[in-house]
Order: sequence, then C-alpha cells, then structure tokens
Amino acid sequence: MTNHAWLLLGAYLAILLLVAKPFGIYIANIMEGRPSLALRLGGGTESLLYRLCGIRKDEEMGWLNYALAILLFNVLGALAVYGLQRLQLWLPLNPQAMTNVSPDSSFNTAVSFVTNTNWQGYVGEATMSYLTQMLGLAVQNFFSAATGIVVVIALIRGFARHTAKTIGNAWVDLTRITLYVLLPISLVYAVFLVGQGVIQNFDAYKDVTTVEVTKYDAPKLDAAGQPVKDAKGNAVTETVSQPTQILAMGPVASQEAIKMLGTNGGGFFNANSAHPFENPTPLTNFIQMLSIFLIPAALTLTFGRMVGDMRQGWAVLTTMTLLFVVMAVTAMYFEHQANPLLTQLGVDPAMGNMEGKETRFGIADSGLFATITTLASCGAVNAMHDSFTPMGGFVPLWNMMLGEVVFGGVGTGLYGMLVFAIMAVFIAGLMIGRTPEYLGKKIEAYEMKMVSIAILVTPLLVLAGTAIAVMVDAGVAGIANPGAHGFSEILYAFTSAANNNGSAFAGLSANTPFYNVMLSIAMWFGRFGVIVPVLALAGALAAKKRIAVSAGTMPTHGPLFVVLLIGTVVLVGALNYVPALALGPVVEHLMLWSGR
Amino acid sequence: MQTLIRPAVTLFVMLSVVTGIVYPLAVTGIAKVVFPDQAAGSLIVKDGKPVGSALIGQNFSDPKYFWGRPSATGPMPYNASASGGSNLGPLNPALIDAVKGRIEALKAADPGNSAPVPADLVTASGSGLDPHISQAAAEYQVMRVARLRGLQISAVQRLISDNTENRQLGFLGEKRVNVLALNLALDRLAKP
Repeated sequence: MTNHAWLLLGAYLAILLLVAKPFGIYIANIMEGRPSLALRLGGGTESLLYRLCGIRKDEEMGWLNYALAILLFNVLGALAVYGLQRLQLWLPLNPQAMTNVSPDSSFNTAVSFVTNTNWQGYVGEATMSYLTQMLGLAVQNFFSAATGIVVVIALIRGFARHTAKTIGNAWVDLTRITLYVLLPISLVYAVFLVGQGVIQNFDAYKDVTTVEVTKYDAPKLDAAGQPVKDAKGNAVTETVSQPTQILAMGPVASQEAIKMLGTNGGGFFNANSAHPFENPTPLTNFIQMLSIFLIPAALTLTFGRMVGDMRQGWAVLTTMTLLFVVMAVTAMYFEHQANPLLTQLGVDPAMGNMEGKETRFGIADSGLFATITTLASCGAVNAMHDSFTPMGGFVPLWNMMLGEVVFGGVGTGLYGMLVFAIMAVFIAGLMIGRTPEYLGKKIEAYEMKMVSIAILVTPLLVLAGTAIAVMVDAGVAGIANPGAHGFSEILYAFTSAANNNGSAFAGLSANTPFYNVMLSIAMWFGRFGVIVPVLALAGALAAKKRIAVSAGTMPTHGPLFVVLLIGTVVLVGALNYVPALALGPVVEHLMLWSGR
Repeated sequence: MQTLIRPAVTLFVMLSVVTGIVYPLAVTGIAKVVFPDQAAGSLIVKDGKPVGSALIGQNFSDPKYFWGRPSATGPMPYNASASGGSNLGPLNPALIDAVKGRIEALKAADPGNSAPVPADLVTASGSGLDPHISQAAAEYQVMRVARLRGLQISAVQRLISDNTENRQLGFLGEKRVNVLALNLALDRLAKP
C-alpha cells in the first residue's frame, strides 16, 4: 500500500461517513411522510400521479400485498425491457439501425436489469439503440433501485411498529424514493458528469479521420461473405487499412448517474466505467465510487432513525466499514504487485499489474473501485477484473460471496445485513440459552425460517449453477482463460448473477443460450428468492408485540455485537464457498508465484 | 390482486415517462447549454475537421509518433465502437506472448534503449481506448521520437510536460500524458 492509496481510502471514508447521517435522516423523513421542503415542493406532482393511477396513499398493505405489488411492478419492467429490445429496429432513436436483439439475450438482459444485477452479455455500443438504453435499461436502473430501497424500508417498519397488520403502501414508497431521492440527485450528478467529459447527445456515431491510418489483419471474405481458405484449409488474411475511427455516441451521462447511484452498474458501453466517455477523469471516478456507497451507507442511519435508536444504525455501519477497509487494502495491495511473469521479460515492476487498467486511474483507484463495486452489488467496473492478479481477483469474488451485505446494493445490502443481524442474535441466544430478540422483537421459529431461506438461496444458486456449468459442454465452451482461471470465470459468473452484482470475469463468452438462461434463473431467484422472505419477515415482525429491554437483553449497538455480526457474516456467509475458492484463485495464486 | 393491477400498470407507465424520457431529455438540454463541447464528445478539430476526441485514444505504430497503450479491441485496435479489454488472466500464455511481442516491437523501433519497459506501454488498457500513458512511458520514447524527427530532446520533453495532467486535486488518479494531444503537438512543431 502506497501513501497515495491510504490517502485515497481515508478521504473516501471521511466524505462517505460525513454525508451518511444527514442523507439517511432525509430518506427517513421522506419515507415516513414527515412534513419537509421536498414533500411540499413535489406534493402536487405526487398527488396528481396518485389520482391518475387510482392510488389511495393512506391505504397501507399487509406484507403479502406489498410483495405482490413489488413482483407485479418488476414483471412489468421485465416485459418492457424485453419488448424494447425485440422491437428496437422499428422504434425511434436508433441512428445506428441496431437490429433487434436475440430472444435469449433480450430475456437475460431484461431479467438482469430488473433484478438490479446489470449483468451484460451484450456489447452496449454495438447492440442497443438509444431508446432501449434510456427507456428500457435506465428506467430499470431507477425502478430496481427503488424496489431494493422500499423493501428495506418495509423491513425497518417491521421493527419500528408493533402489533400492526401493515408495512406500508408499495406504490407510495416506490414513487417517493424515485421522485425525492433518485431523480433529483441523478439530475445534478449527470450534469456534473457532462462537465467532466461524459457525453450526452442523440447524434449518430461520429466518424473522425485519425492522425495515423490503422492497418490490421482481417480474414479475407469472398463475394458471398464467407472466409476464403487456402489449399491447406487455413483462413486467408488480408491487411486492411482503416483511416477513420468511429466514436460511439449516446445519452450516456443521464444513464451513468443512476447506474452508480442505484448500484446498478450496467455500462452504456462495453468497457463500462473504464470507458473514457463514461468515466473520463479521476474526479468522476472518485464521485462514482462515492455514489455507489452513498445510499447503502445512508440507509443504515435511516434505519437507526426509524427504529428510534441511532446507535443501532451506527453499529451496522461500523460493521460494514470495518469489513470494507480490510477488503480494500487487500485488493490494492495485491494489484500493486507486478505480474512476475512479465517482470521476467524485462517489464518494470514499479507500476504494478496494469493489464486491463486505465492509466488515469492506475492501481489504487482501480483496486478501490473494484472493492466498492463488488461489496455493493453495483458491478460497474473501471478495470477488467479478469486480468487482476489471482488474489486481487479473489477480493471481488469473495466480496460478492459475503452476500452483498457490506454496504451492498441500495436497500438489498441493509436488508441482507439485518437478516444476518437476526442470525447473529439467534446464535448468541443459543449460546446463553435465552430466547433471542432484536430491537424489542422476539425471534421465533417462523422468523428463523425466513432468515434461513434468505441466507441459503444464493449459495445454492451459485454452487449448483457453477457445478452444472462445469459439467456440460455448453458451459465449458465459454471459458476464455486456461487452467484454474477458467474455473474462476464460471464461478464468478454465477456468484455475480445470484448476488445481483453484475460484474464479470468478462473473458467468459456468456452471450449464449446456455448462459443466458442459466444466469437469468440465478439472477431472478437470487433477487426475489430473498425479497419475498424478507417481506414475510417484515410482516411477522410488525405483528409482534414489543418487549421491554431487561437485564437479559443483549445490547445490539456495542462493539460486542459488531464483532458478533462480523463473525456471522464471514462464517455463515462465505464459508460455503471456501472449497470453490480453493480451486480457483487460490490455486492460481500458488502457481503464479511458484513460477509455473 | 386485481386491485393491484391498475395502479401497477399506470404507475409503471407514468414513472417510465418521467425517468426514461423527461429526465434524459432534461439532462441533454442542460448539457447542450452549459457544456456543449463535452456533451458532444470533446472533439479535437483541425483545419475545420474533427480528427479525434481528447478523451479517446488512437492507434499509433509509426516510430515517429509516441505510442499509446496497447488496445485489445477487435477487429482493429482503438475501435471506438466496440470498447473492451483483453480479459487475459495473469497466467495466460497468450498474455505473456502478447507482451513479449510488444517489447520486441519497442526494441526494434529503438534498438539502443536498454531502460526497463514501463508496464503500461506493454499491457492492454481496460477500455481499449485509453487516451493516456504514464510519464515513464513517455520518457521511455523521448529519444526515439527526437531522433527520428531530428528534434532536440529538450524540445520533445517540453511538449510532454505541456500535455501532462497531474493528479486531480492532488490525490486522485495518476499523473498521465495525453498521447493524441502530444502527437498533434509534435506534428505542429515539425510543420512550420
């Protein structure tokens, strides 16, 4: 770790923790409908929306109706994104005449964006029309973020209320988060991004005459467009001269803002936040990193505020911060190591592992970004994780395996962490032989069943999916790198999908019917297989009586609880994966440093 | 369930219009007024014609120019409509071979240079469009460019420092040299 890296990490944490509290309280006020300037300004628009939609905002829902509303809203989203991709050739805002996307790829992308995963099997600038990007993908960036946030708000209400039948109105919650939190911040953020160089236009791709003519070898094609082969059956290549460069354009900034703020992570372009038009300067990179953790960090204090004890929120935030620092330092440390195989060739090791990284970001800003984007279920990348050192690449993989609860996705991170908190008090209760309780709510069999489902569904999807993929030809066919790294690519894909992260060891050729379908299953059940039990949990908790704090109550705001929670997350969350990790990055690390 | 369908559909449509049409158009409108050049791609115009973007690298293989980061885009390097990295793992023999080839090309263009090769000059960038190289990578090429163009070394070094950007706010990112801007400046210097 260089001094620069420490300074970067320190500045990042200082700013994040400084804004978390006021912003968290703002979100709490909005979601509780307390009189505030924002609600007054937007009140007219909001009421109009409710009138048009036939929504009675004071009519609350029980957990089942809440869950049905969320599911319905998301299924509609999936249909819309699928439809836009399948019809884009005939729709407006398609200056490059992008053809309709194949059914399996459209299906995968629809599920991917609705579940806040933003796994991308396609190359954005060569596949999607501007309309698909802004009305399909970017809209889901808003809606999937809103979905995650309202689910955790419902869970928090479960703790905050007692003997209640309802947990809120899903329509009102979705509307308020979108109108008062996501939209205004995105607007300011997007304009800032343009100021730094992120593009925002609807022009056709620009043809520019480059300084030097690029010459490259390409397979020679005959009149029918088939590759020409010589007498031995080898493909014939010819040298092609390319005097121009075609610059991809589009409404990028507006999508980039919500992509980061909503921990979505789906790039407008294939290279995602490594692309200079998406992330042009180190400052945009810093702000992008901040905006990934902004809402997840704030929500911990929204939680503290809504349950009436800020210390509960700080305890969760402390847990997250400690785990984050360890992972960030690890990633930056290993990426500072040069690849020993390249050093042997005469490459200067001073700069570290630069394959797949951008010069303007270098090692520290790339290692930190990789940690943040995988701890939060964002999945945007500013460097190619596939080319990280084995242990540098281990960090993103492990981060996702923690279950996306260390900050995590917007909303999803906190509800995941609260599920682990219940697990922690349950384990502590077993140790001392008392009925576990959390925030005045008794944790009983039904709650523990929901907690178990929420915790176990992702490892099941990851490990079963990976096992199937390595056993069938269609799965193995996608591997790009030989040896242990190839296994890591598949493991990474299913880990990313089931945890709704969306980053990739992108060498894997995943735009095939096999991976498109398998990963869609992992994404959908990794998302809603957790949301439904969490909402059931919210309903059950809301219905319970609140019990008074007694001498036998374990405090859940002190260092003891933080340590217990860290232990639970690491042991329960990640131990499932140790054998798989040993076969992938660990083997690769040993091979690289033994000079094999 | 039925009572949920109408609000679901109408709210979905309404919020889609707000976030999917009004919002991006508003950003476009503001951007056009406040930051028109950046919104259009930070284009560099020479003699009235765009020759590239200040943010997007171009391919340079002529030894008279500074070379940028290797680019893994297909089918040609620096394809600005199909960005991406190599995604080669650290142990992949294809990576080792590629780096070996790039070192050989550098040495062939500049046989006398025995300095260690800066890593960014022989490893592919993440986007395949990286407009920058490190200061070390620029220094590594100074002798070659100066010799082939018949320029003083100090003159070339001055151009490098003119086109060097420091860490933003003193602690963000890395010090870097914009290759396209540097090469355009070189051409201007040569042509009186």
